[in-house]
Amino acid sequence: MILSIHQFERRPLLDSSSVDAFLANRTFPIIEGLHATFVFRGEAERVNLRHWVYGLPAEQPFKRILGTDLWFLVIDLPKRSRVEYKLEVVRGGNGQWQLDPLNPRIAHDPFGANSVCQGDGYEPPEWTEPDPDARQGQLVDAMLPNTPWGQSRPLTLYLPARYRETRRYPLLVVHDGGDYLRYARLKTVLDNLIHRLEVQPVIVALTHPKDRLVEYPNDPRHAAFIVEHVLPFVESRFPLYKVPAARCLMGASFGGVAALSTAWRNPGVFGRLLLQSGSFAFTDIGEQKRGPAFNQVVRFMNEFRENPGRPSDKVYVSCGTYESLIYENRSMVPFLQSTGMEVRYDEARDGHNWENWRDRLQVGLSWLFPGPLWMVYE
Amino acid sequence: MTQATLPPSTPSDDTPPRVLLGPQRTIITAPAELDRFGDTGRVAVITAGWQEREAEDDDLAEALGGRTLNLRLHARCEVVFAQDRELFAAHRKRQDRLRQMQELYNVRLDHALGAALALSQRSEPPEVLAPELDAAVDAIRTIDDGHLARIQEVHADFQHRVKPDERPALTRQREELCRLVQQCTAVAVAGGHVSTLLNRMRLLDMTACLRGRPIVAWSAGAMVMTERVILFHDRPPEGPGNSELLDAGLGLVPGVVALPHATLRLRTDDLRRMSLKSRRHSPAACVILDGGDGVTWHQGRLTARPQTRVIRRDGHMVHVDSWLRGDVPWDAQGGTTA
Repeated sequence: MILSIHQFERRPLLDSSSVDAFLANRTFPIIEGLHATFVFRGEAERVNLRHWVYGLPAEQPFKRILGTDLWFLVIDLPKRSRVEYKLEVVRGGNGQWQLDPLNPRIAHDPFGANSVCQGDGYEPPEWTEPDPDARQGQLVDAMLPNTPWGQSRPLTLYLPARYRETRRYPLLVVHDGGDYLRYARLKTVLDNLIHRLEVQPVIVALTHPKDRLVEYPNDPRHAAFIVEHVLPFVESRFPLYKVPAARCLMGASFGGVAALSTAWRNPGVFGRLLLQSGSFAFTDIGEQKRGPAFNQVVRFMNEFRENPGRPSDKVYVSCGTYESLIYENRSMVPFLQSTGMEVRYDEARDGHNWENWRDRLQVGLSWLFPGPLWMVYE
Repeated sequence: MTQATLPPSTPSDDTPPRVLLGPQRTIITAPAELDRFGDTGRVAVITAGWQEREAEDDDLAEALGGRTLNLRLHARCEVVFAQDRELFAAHRKRQDRLRQMQELYNVRLDHALGAALALSQRSEPPEVLAPELDAAVDAIRTIDDGHLARIQEVHADFQHRVKPDERPALTRQREELCRLVQQCTAVAVAGGHVSTLLNRMRLLDMTACLRGRPIVAWSAGAMVMTERVILFHDRPPEGPGNSELLDAGLGLVPGVVALPHATLRLRTDDLRRMSLKSRRHSPAACVILDGGDGVTWHQGRLTARPQTRVIRRDGHMVHVDSWLRGDVPWDAQGGTTA
């Protein structure tokens, strides 16, 4: 197969109008089988692809087509890949990172936004889009006074559609709740999965950290906040099952470490864990090389690996194969299993980002809290 | 309708017909089945499987010609629970216990089913492999039987300790329900949440009420009418689950495992899983109840709507009529040793 961009390169006459014609009626990046062609048009000294795919060079230079202002780069992209990226456009010796102007697909995160390249076979799951038939749950704001940090802390509660005080619900505690709502569409996902009977109607406590890099890696104050403040608060106000099998801690990245360390400090409290791309960095020997933010993580993980106990009963772990943390997460699976916990592990060709975590929620939540789909025969 | 006699263990009797149907969403057959009973009086309707939405039955009432009387079992139980908190607490405690038992049963079942499926993929000579596979299926049946026996112990203990038959809030509702059913010429039981439907029907002792009336039941309603309620779904998002025994049904239709939406929910092309299902529940017939399907139990005989199929011992689906005609003997179909 000759790629479109190479067919274009071979034309005898390349001018501005032929570039216009090439760009018209195409979506970018161009996906042709296992090849992704990134394209940029404009004057520049250099153009680089900047991405977060561990295993590929972080900076990949575009090639300029002679006689035009059209730049391109072809990379191999396995099926069902999803890659977030930016373009670095160098002018006057200064590189500027920017969204891909030819690509309308954008993913947001706490640091801004990235362009999204969807490889062959990747489609955003339909349950991540608002479903007009799905009844909506409700978000309620609360404030927890006198937390272990000496301050009040906000808490957001999700109550499922058709919430009734005469029923009982499992509890899901979500770290970085605001980010999950904003960047992983958690409310839409919950509304849809509950509507589709795939996930039990669940009450969700969404926490909001002040300094997650300090609070999340095994900080005793964080564990006390969850167990001695969040849990009693919600269990005294809402009809919950109040058994370990109906309590789940969830988190991504450092939030995964927070979920694991909180359960580890409080065995027998949380029977379910949902850990997405956990920052489970550890060392077998020598110093860790991920930077100072990981010192406390590595200290915890090394201690946990030495003395894991049995922090929970059922653990869902997911990680993107394009993440630098893939090695740590893969190695966690047999280790967690060796403690006697039931473990399910999923990988996806994606990176360390919120839409990866969003896309894994259906399987993770339905495995931990299977909905009445099993029971309903209309 | 083709007629044939089920195994001799099934007693012949003069009870009114009981019809089990597939889902009624697109192919609506329940009104015609009710018309077959000949009497056009009122139809008592049970929609407790719809839970809090049980009263939203306008479409159903219209489909049945507006002659329905919704028995509102779900709402009645809520009234009972509100009036008798001790009963409510005991009921909830029992449900918690059953839920825990179900989880533990599933742990055992997972291993037993895994063993049987693994054996079914082996390529040793049949004379070596078959006895091992038989034993693996036996192990599953033993787990099912043990689970059911323990569930029934829990129910018996509830009956003994809580004495629901002596609780005024409950007996008032039961008596009223029986009066209402007596005013109707037939009963229709809709689908929905099978566990809720079963619990509410059992708590209100509907079996006694329903015995003398023709019944048309579909989807979850059909499952509840049988002797064992089997949950199944090979395509949930979390991956194929293990078909599991939930509880005894009301036992109003013997010898049948009702599988509504089977083509949607089962991987019917996976003959190993299908075969295992057939052998596991033998001698009961695993009846596919897709839209338009149905079977009728009447006077000790099972008859089937055209195209309704059962799962054969080898995992293939065959029409009930050819199966009942005896093209293959019952023992060979269902297996008596598995």
